[in-house]
Amino acid sequence: MNFLVLVKQVPDTEKVKIDPISGTMVREGLDVTMNPLDSHALELAVSLKEKLNGSVTVLSMGPMNTIDVLRDAIALGADRAILLSDSALAGSDTWATSLALAKAIEKLNIAFDLMICGEKSTDGETGQVGIELATLLDLPVVSYVSELIDLTENFVVVKRSVEDAHEVWKAPLPACLCVLKSVAEPRLPTLAGKKTAMDAKIEIYDTESIGINREEVGLKGSPTRVVKVFNTKIARNCRIYADKDILEGIERVVGLIKAVRDGEVG
Amino acid sequence: MILVLNNKIDRSSFELLSKARKLADKASMKLAFLLMSNSKKDVQQLARFGPDMIVLAVHEKFNRFSLDPFLSTAKKIFAKYSPSIVLAPATTFGRTLMPALAASFRTGLTADCTELDVDEKGNLLQTRPAIGGNVMATIVTPTHRPQMATVRPGVFEIVEHRKDDVQFIEERIEDLSDRCQLISVEPKQAGARLEDAKIIVSVGKGLRKKENVEVAFKLASLVKGAVGASRAVVDARWLSHDHQVGLSGKTVKPRIYIAAGISGAVQHLAGMQTSEIIVAINKDRYAPIFKVADIGIVADAYWVLSELVQRLGRENDESGG
Ligand SMILES: Cc1cc2nc3c(=O)[nH]c(=O)nc-3n(C[C@H](O)[C@H](O)[C@H](O)COP(=O)(O)OP(=O)(O)OC[C@H]3O[C@@H](n4cnc5c(N)ncnc54)[C@H](O)[C@@H]3O)c2cc1C
Ligand SMILES: Cc1cc2nc3c(=O)[nH]c(=O)nc-3n(C[C@H](O)[C@H](O)[C@H](O)COP(=O)(O)OP(=O)(O)OC[C@H]3O[C@@H](n4cnc5c(N)ncnc54)[C@H](O)[C@@H]3O)c2cc1C
Repeated sequence: MNFLVLVKQVPDTEKVKIDPISGTMVREGLDVTMNPLDSHALELAVSLKEKLNGSVTVLSMGPMNTIDVLRDAIALGADRAILLSDSALAGSDTWATSLALAKAIEKLNIAFDLMICGEKSTDGETGQVGIELATLLDLPVVSYVSELIDLTENFVVVKRSVEDAHEVWKAPLPACLCVLKSVAEPRLPTLAGKKTAMDAKIEIYDTESIGINREEVGLKGSPTRVVKVFNTKIARNCRIYADKDILEGIERVVGLIKAVRDGEVG
Repeated sequence: MILVLNNKIDRSSFELLSKARKLADKASMKLAFLLMSNSKKDVQQLARFGPDMIVLAVHEKFNRFSLDPFLSTAKKIFAKYSPSIVLAPATTFGRTLMPALAASFRTGLTADCTELDVDEKGNLLQTRPAIGGNVMATIVTPTHRPQMATVRPGVFEIVEHRKDDVQFIEERIEDLSDRCQLISVEPKQAGARLEDAKIIVSVGKGLRKKENVEVAFKLASLVKGAVGASRAVVDARWLSHDHQVGLSGKTVKPRIYIAAGISGAVQHLAGMQTSEIIVAINKDRYAPIFKVADIGIVADAYWVLSELVQRLGRENDESGG
């Protein structure tokens, strides 16, 4: 059974600092890390491989520092790591990202039974790449997968979590799953794993070697354009109740709640 | 044409139609609603929110959402009506169908918009929170059509807009195939839905321990409200992710939002700052939550919630005889 896990590098948001003046994220000097949801996707693949035999390939598109993230993936049990990196890819939106990844998968003939993506990244947060990519590859896709129930040679059975229900779906292989955190709890890398990763070969390809036209990816090939970025600061005039006024504040809240609950207002 | 897609008639449908009506008027476009459903639901109620046309596609396979049948149907409708703007709610439905549609039509898709506008030329200005909710980005799709966006439920106001010449069209749907097969469905427990609650009592790490969260449920049930939570509380497994409010949780806009023991990180604010009245309870007089609040109480969160329960509970006893 062969698995393909799509991983994205993201800035380490847990350590993110916010510029107090511009209100934006300070990206300089930030380490990159594996998109947290993708580490759950990877763990699912690795644990299944250990049970069923086969291999796990990780594929990423990103700047050269993505190599570190791919080494981490190998330390965690991936067998093969592929990076698609080229200045022509910079600024790709989800369409251009999916197109480049789809072409790489086709050109490199990456064979898999199950393709696994995270639900979304922690920076772009669109949750679109997995589904767009699966559509380009014409794979059946199940999104919001919370649990893998069964995997055989021909099909996969998964639990899907939506607003009003848990559903169980069966999909034929090869298929794509976009997974939630709950599918698997990532392990920590072992010393042996880290050693393997240090010597492991990371395969790196540019647009030319994949046969991607530079015009159809990156900023140029992206249908969407970011035209404005601005801060979100809204302030209200807060009436503060402290110390001896606290009970007065509580009474005011009781009054407001009653008005809304009993429909006196609006 | 602006086309709104959904698989059910719910609040998000009304919100999207209300907003799309304004856009359609501004850009002189027609507004259509496509409902893909397993039965002829009461589509009449959609007419109250301003569509020029309601298109109904009925098929038994639309019982629960699965990509294949919905995608092939939506593709047919696109081909027939050539919409220039397509909107869907950013629910598990919209967030799965729309990317597949965008990829099929080689066009752009903006995720999870919280603001939409349109210029006279019909270019859609799509605004969404990005980079952890710290900034808003406005995105356009200048040369590709349709322009597509998913829209956060709970953000737009529902506005009635009656038209007396709404057109109803039923599309014939045949031969739908699905590579995936639905095995079973287990409904989630229905509490007061966070998105619909008029009063939300939200708890943060300032409640100090898991057991203390119970008081928020007591208060919520007294006021017919729902319980929300910060991500820190969800991460600590005091409450499930269904309760999370914020950038990576739900966007809510209740009449009253009570933030108890929540610091007010931008990612939390992203999900609740448009609430009508915000009450913040925090021990720290300088907690950022007070900047977006209307009423601030500087005290222990558990104690204040308990006081509210006592006072509101007592009133209930009295009025109940
Ligand atoms: C402020 C801002 C707003 C943006 N808004 C939009 C928008 O609305 N629409 C749009 O089309 N683009 C948008 N983008 C661009 C988008 O962030 C990039 O296209 C990004 O490369 C992929 O999208 P994502 O981060 O949302 O990933 P998601 O779609 O959230 O990622 C889902 C999964 O896809 C896989 N994946 C994603 N990226 C890669 C990768 N590079 N390599 C391997 N696997 C990957 C992973 O498994 C991941 O878990 C925006 C960018 C910024 C900076
Ligand atoms: C990409 C990303 C996405 C995120 N998405 C979300 C999201 O969707 N929703 C969300 O909420 N967060 C989100 N976060 C996390 C967010 O940044 C904060 O970490 C989180 O909101 C903090 O939760 P909190 O206020 O409960 O906890 P804390 O930050 O620990 O704050 C606790 C507060 O309680 C107060 N307090 C302490 N003791 C008491 C007491 N006895 N009585 C009263 N007050 C007391 C403290 O003064 C403090 O203000 C996200 C973060 C990232 C990076």
